[in-house]
Amino acid sequence: MLRYAVERLILMVPAFVAIAALIFLVIQLPPGDYLSNQILELKSQGDAAGAAKAEYLRKEYSLDKPVIEQFGVWLGVWPGPRGFSGLLQGDFGYSFEFKKPVADVVEYALGPTVLVNVLAVVAIYLIALPLGILAATKQYSLRDYTIAGFAYVAMATPGFLLALIVLVYANSWFGVSIGGLVDPQYAEAEWSFAKVQSLVAHLAVAVLIIAFSGVGSMIRRLRANLLDELRKPYVTAARARGISETRLLLRYPVRMAIIPFIADIGNLLPSLVSGSVIVSVVLSLPTVGPILVRALQAQDQFLAGFILLFAAALTLVGTVVSDLLLGLIDPRVRLGQGHER
Amino acid sequence: MNGVADVLTINKLSVGYRDGRQVRQILREVSFSVPQGKTVALVGESGSGKSTIATAVMGLLPKQRVVQSGRILFHDPNGEFETELSKLPDGAFQKLRGNRIAMAFQEPSAALSPVVSIGAMLSETLLMHERTSPGDARRRVLQVLAQVGFPDPEAAFKRYPFELSGGLRQRAMLASALICKPALVIADEPTSALDVTVQAMALKLLADLQDEMRLGLLFITHDFGVVANVADEVIVLRDGVIVEQGAMADVLTKPQTDYTKALLAAVPRLDGPPFELNTPHARGTAVQALSPVWKERIGPAPGTPLLELKDVSKSFTARKRGFVAADSDSVDAVLGVDLAISAGECVGLVGESGCGKSTLSKLILRALTPDSGTIRVNDGKGMVSVADLAGPALTKYRSRVQYVFQDPFASLNPRLTTEEIVTEPFVIHGIGDHRQRLRWAAALLEMVGLDGNMLMRHPNAFSGGQRQRIGIARALALGPDLLICDEPVSALDVSVQAQILGLLEGLRQDLGIASLFVSHNLAVVRAVAARVFVMCRGRIVEAAPTAELFANPRHPYTKALLAANPEPDPERKLDLAALMQGRASDPSAWDEPYRLKKGAKARYETVGEGHIVAVA
Repeated sequence: MLRYAVERLILMVPAFVAIAALIFLVIQLPPGDYLSNQILELKSQGDAAGAAKAEYLRKEYSLDKPVIEQFGVWLGVWPGPRGFSGLLQGDFGYSFEFKKPVADVVEYALGPTVLVNVLAVVAIYLIALPLGILAATKQYSLRDYTIAGFAYVAMATPGFLLALIVLVYANSWFGVSIGGLVDPQYAEAEWSFAKVQSLVAHLAVAVLIIAFSGVGSMIRRLRANLLDELRKPYVTAARARGISETRLLLRYPVRMAIIPFIADIGNLLPSLVSGSVIVSVVLSLPTVGPILVRALQAQDQFLAGFILLFAAALTLVGTVVSDLLLGLIDPRVRLGQGHER
Repeated sequence: MNGVADVLTINKLSVGYRDGRQVRQILREVSFSVPQGKTVALVGESGSGKSTIATAVMGLLPKQRVVQSGRILFHDPNGEFETELSKLPDGAFQKLRGNRIAMAFQEPSAALSPVVSIGAMLSETLLMHERTSPGDARRRVLQVLAQVGFPDPEAAFKRYPFELSGGLRQRAMLASALICKPALVIADEPTSALDVTVQAMALKLLADLQDEMRLGLLFITHDFGVVANVADEVIVLRDGVIVEQGAMADVLTKPQTDYTKALLAAVPRLDGPPFELNTPHARGTAVQALSPVWKERIGPAPGTPLLELKDVSKSFTARKRGFVAADSDSVDAVLGVDLAISAGECVGLVGESGCGKSTLSKLILRALTPDSGTIRVNDGKGMVSVADLAGPALTKYRSRVQYVFQDPFASLNPRLTTEEIVTEPFVIHGIGDHRQRLRWAAALLEMVGLDGNMLMRHPNAFSGGQRQRIGIARALALGPDLLICDEPVSALDVSVQAQILGLLEGLRQDLGIASLFVSHNLAVVRAVAARVFVMCRGRIVEAAPTAELFANPRHPYTKALLAANPEPDPERKLDLAALMQGRASDPSAWDEPYRLKKGAKARYETVGEGHIVAVA
């Protein structure tokens, strides 16, 4: 198991470098960059000083160099105009759009992004797992139909629509604003018990809205998987050994049925990050999603690159977590099928 | 009750299958009992209701099946009280299951959870039923593992089912049935998924344990050979009705009903007169209809060489895992094999799972390429190397060599109609238009003994035997010269098995199609093959004309296979001495001069007319 874990961790490094290269390449694909677009514009307006400043920035960030060299400088493995100064050294580059370092732009967005999305993943599993099991164990009962119906609606409801509805009715019925991560009155306030309370409430609403459609699809798939597993001979065999129903259910078919969902943790994160952009806008959540959209539109390459890379890092961590969990739950993964220990 | 008490008494049990509002009868007034310390064998073909009896006794009938009438009584010799199982509430039944009444299942790989270790599974069962300390439970588990014949119980405790061989998995299954020292064990085809040599060991083990623990054993099987080796009493079941029951020797030697007689007659045997195959002929019109496709059949004259393998080897390297290179783990799947098939000849290839017979088939099909050695085929002008075939010549070769699969349920796509299945070869090779193909498909069905108007049906509308006929029709479509039949009857009931064997033999006689008949069952091969090759661990260990091989086997492995084949004859029990404690398929355990080292090719000695045997 230890060797398996170490292997997974070491494998992260080349995967991360490959992803970084891919992201950089994709951002470079459209012709031009933020600065050359700006220089052209400033020149046409006759603003020579502004153009010169932009030209300086271009040199400063090696945008005049070949792509491969730019990549090296960005990573921090190739000396740029300011020596080795890239991701490895903790220099995330400069956001031309926001006119400040990338680190300053994303500083207050990364934490909430991770928090909201990780909590959404946890919420999906916590809600969908019991509901899926309850539905599958009583197939074609009222319970099953109710849960399946709920799952269907949940899956088909767009997150932003739900966010809008909740936003409007929370305001008109209860007079509460659920936008942002805390009530506006606490926004600038010192941390206090009331502020934490407000944060928890806002977070819960946001997380549930983001998790909603994920819950629906997971219930449906878990129900189908579990129904398949419940028909397997090993379930009958366990019953023939006199194992009690609850124990049997959790230890045998459920354990098998959730394997694909554990493998899914890694995939769930990025789809949540990108899928929750509109919800974030609607609820004015301070996540990186809206910033990413702006950065991509403006070809703000360092900012966009950093955010994409951050999402990729989340995915990788998610993948490793799911690999390790899989190794724990499924000995075939840990030991390798058909191999001697 | 005089003398021995009955642990299980079933009295006029009727079970129905609820299908919407209708109820179909699966069991009709079945009555029998299982005495303590005795084995009752329940024999019948698929669909006879024998597994329904097992699940009814265990109280595990699927929802749609309901006990309509009758009683199931369990009499526990520990405590002398009687329980009416058919009226027992769930909670009380759960306390009996696995504890006083246990069950061993057919397919251990499916009946054991892959994610629970053997030790955990056994301890769980024990702790569910008995209050005992974890240390004591562990000791009991190790004890039962040793009892069922695990050489190293400590190691087995930690193993997962996928890490064990088929034989050991079945032992783990038995251990799970025996862990609580039950009074009654129901064994549902416990050995049918095993190789014959492994099956023989398992049967012996079961008999010993039953004796030792005074178990009442209800043994469900379709194999009369197994019955002869384990049973005290036999019950023959057909369509949910008991047609015959009595002492084992009586039923096997003096069957009273026509049904039992027919079943017994359909079992291929190792000695006595060769199996009488009923070979249907008269397929002139069908052949006529197919002549546009078949006119280009090369079909070398009968008796001339068709296919020749010389010194063919193929090894596989197990995929290495991780960065740290493990020892390269190479397995010789096929090692220095010589084999020849003449046109129109049926050659048998016998061996157990993992012996390399499937790899050999794939090499002949050119689905795999040999590492060394040559495979040559007669293309009508002379012998050409299969490896050198390319373009149209390869396409031609592919149409000349066809494959009949083992499992007729898995080898036909359930979403296609019979027409689509049988005409697919024509579509792939671009032969004929739609109307012609339809006509040919009807002719092919007729040729294999099915009705031409069944073309629109899907495979699930057919029985196992009919499906296998469809598979054969598909293989015949392009007019092959060689059929590779990979265990074509092992998934079928005996009576159906005999029909399919007859069909294949008839096709050979009428159409001159040669076949390589791959099987683990020597008695089946004896019924159809002219010559037999015995294969073990990638090598041919013995080859001879069929009569010679069975009259005069030389190689220890051949002898072990013969000894392990259970015969439906109470006078001829399994000869376990020849099985060398299950090491018969290990070349390094064979006596001199047969002993072979890993990776060493065998040398062949001629011991009779066409009879060769492998020596070191």
